Amino acid sequence: MADMSPKKNPMPVQDPIVRAHNFDEVALGYSEETAMKEAMRCLDCKNMPCVSGCPVNIHIPAFIAKVREGDFEGAYEIISMSSSLPAVCGRVCPQENQCEKKCVRGIKGESVGIGRLERFVADWHNAHSEKEVTPPEYNGHKVAVVGSGPSGLACAGDLAKKGYKVTVFEALHTAGGVLVYGIPEFRLPKSIVAKEVETLKKYNVDIETNVIIGKTLTIDELFDMGYEAVFIGSGAGLPNFMGIPGESLKGVYSANEFLTRSNLMKAYKKDSDTPIMSGGKVAVVGGGNVAMDAARTALRLGAEKVYIVYRRSMEELPARKEEVEHAEEEGIIFKILTNPVEILGYNNPDNPRDEKNGFVTGMKCIEMELGEPDERGRRRPVEKQGSEFTMDIDTVIMSIGTSPNPLIKNTTKGLEVNNRGGIVVSEDGLTSREGVYAGGDAVTGAATVISAMGAGKTAAKAIDEAIKKKDVK
Amino acid sequence: MYRIATKKVLNKSVTQMEIEAPLVANKAKAGQFIILRVDEEGERIPLTVAGTDKENKTVKIIFQTVGATTLKLAEKNEGEYISDFAGPLGTPTHTEGIKNVCIIGGGVGCAIAMPVAEEFKRLGADVTSIIGFRNKDLVILEEEFRNISDKLTVMTDDGSYATKGNVTQPLKEYLENGEKFDMIIAIGPVIMMKFVVETAKPYGTPVTVSMNPIMIDGTGMCGGCRLTLNQDGKKVTKFACVDGPDFNGYEVDFDEAMSRGRMYSDFEHHAYEKTCNLFKGGRENG
Repeated sequence: MADMSPKKNPMPVQDPIVRAHNFDEVALGYSEETAMKEAMRCLDCKNMPCVSGCPVNIHIPAFIAKVREGDFEGAYEIISMSSSLPAVCGRVCPQENQCEKKCVRGIKGESVGIGRLERFVADWHNAHSEKEVTPPEYNGHKVAVVGSGPSGLACAGDLAKKGYKVTVFEALHTAGGVLVYGIPEFRLPKSIVAKEVETLKKYNVDIETNVIIGKTLTIDELFDMGYEAVFIGSGAGLPNFMGIPGESLKGVYSANEFLTRSNLMKAYKKDSDTPIMSGGKVAVVGGGNVAMDAARTALRLGAEKVYIVYRRSMEELPARKEEVEHAEEEGIIFKILTNPVEILGYNNPDNPRDEKNGFVTGMKCIEMELGEPDERGRRRPVEKQGSEFTMDIDTVIMSIGTSPNPLIKNTTKGLEVNNRGGIVVSEDGLTSREGVYAGGDAVTGAATVISAMGAGKTAAKAIDEAIKKKDVK
Repeated sequence: MYRIATKKVLNKSVTQMEIEAPLVANKAKAGQFIILRVDEEGERIPLTVAGTDKENKTVKIIFQTVGATTLKLAEKNEGEYISDFAGPLGTPTHTEGIKNVCIIGGGVGCAIAMPVAEEFKRLGADVTSIIGFRNKDLVILEEEFRNISDKLTVMTDDGSYATKGNVTQPLKEYLENGEKFDMIIAIGPVIMMKFVVETAKPYGTPVTVSMNPIMIDGTGMCGGCRLTLNQDGKKVTKFACVDGPDFNGYEVDFDEAMSRGRMYSDFEHHAYEKTCNLFKGGRENG
């Protein structure tokens, strides 16, 4: 008989007052007892609506049943049939919009904590499993993967498990893509990403860092080197700015730069060689997960006050619900229905050599109200005439999305892109070039880790089928 | 890991190295740059390619010790390794249709200007070079420039060597005497590039400048290297790492670029001092 309590078993977390000043993980994870208790809440529905909500269709009721029995390794095996990065997805998926949204228990009360259970299972496996990975026999085919973020790792993992020799080319010095440079330690510890990458290496996946495809090597050269297919998972590209005055002042960052300095370049560690503006009053413009990450990072780096400045209302915030809640608990101030119109800087008219010249001092904003719904059904924010006001600010972090990176497009003949610069692909990830597949943010623009992973898996399947077909001929 | 094949001290603050990096050596062209990290905890710094040796698969870099990272790099010796070396990044210098070029290098910018001048020479253009330094001790690459230039002028700010003054003086003389350059290419401190543009403006001679802003990834991801161009009265944001590093000098907002370049000067100074103390005793020319 299922446990009919209407609420999820709470996730143990670090105290907000303490965690606002450290980079340790916020959520601490379920114990074995709590996990089994939470698993009791699953009704084991016949039609499994949750599975259809998962971009990689994990057999959710089946793995939860194993948790209920206390067979955690069994649960892990079920998850890993569909997901290559369970410890990552259990932490960063927006479950409330995916599997948990479809959960029957969510109709009256809270859905089953599927994400929390997934995380528990993956962590349990990482801590307890001693099973050695045995890579399958080499099938004689080589595939190149561009980028070691979620889509690239998922694609590489699936192909390697089928016997392909996969090489992943990474532009930066560390594998993991956005999981390493973008998502902060307190939400996704880097040791977890490193562990997932290590597992892939055991499947004979080679990871070549410091290789920028489109520059160091081109897609065409990869084919010359004997790769039979290429998957492009190069991720999102250049940050967008608002185009308002003052965005080039000192103290204005893109979220990508701010987070890269802190995460990848380790400015979050004391005595780091990487400079970053810390302290003072920080405004983060935007309302997505990246904005929440930037705001909470700024807080941990020692900011006095951190604002999220978002032009719609709390309802429309695109960030994961849990991240918004955590941010609020930590003391991030939400200035909603507010839009910046100008960033103000210091300028000493009497002394052009004044060292403070050119640094941010404030941000002029305007109040917004919600008007008619736009084409996506979200109510369009409109300016309230005459409502301008100025916020006292030292650092501004722009977190309003990215445009795809042009390096591969510019050096690959015949690769079709759409008007926003995203690579055009068919349903199974095939681009306009034979043997070239793509997925993740390089195709869709900024989206989620799990949808990128899903695209990597879809492409892996298509690549396998295409190469097998060639074999038959 | 990438091996330091050769190392040569050019003056007390400028060092030349050849780094073994076959893939980069195979591709790099004049005007492009690389990103390196000295060690596992180090920052990523961009350095312009100063030449390649395709046979030995090495890439030449020339750098000035200005911060903690360049100081750490300068302390490395031949045969030692650095942890990361990625590239080539940025677009190569535009050479098409340019038959008469004036190359202006300022200080360590000469290290970038030299391979550009070399490339023009190889393509058969007339190369007039003007190189400037603060003083005699800082002069680098004079011999190399002499070998590849049809005309060469060396300037020092204090007159301790060659002609006293800055690089815009000989440029102005050339232009006043009716010299018709197809292109002036200025590479050096931002302030120098700004004044080269102002000098050339009355004569309508096109100027290309090579911008070297603060960068992190260098691959078109972080946006730290952004600068503002004024194109047809409109302000346009560009990224030096993917759109540059070469830009039309008449469009660049130099004052903004200078201001942005000083964003971390306090921090840099502090980090340099810290690293400097670390090496104290083992270093003669501090």
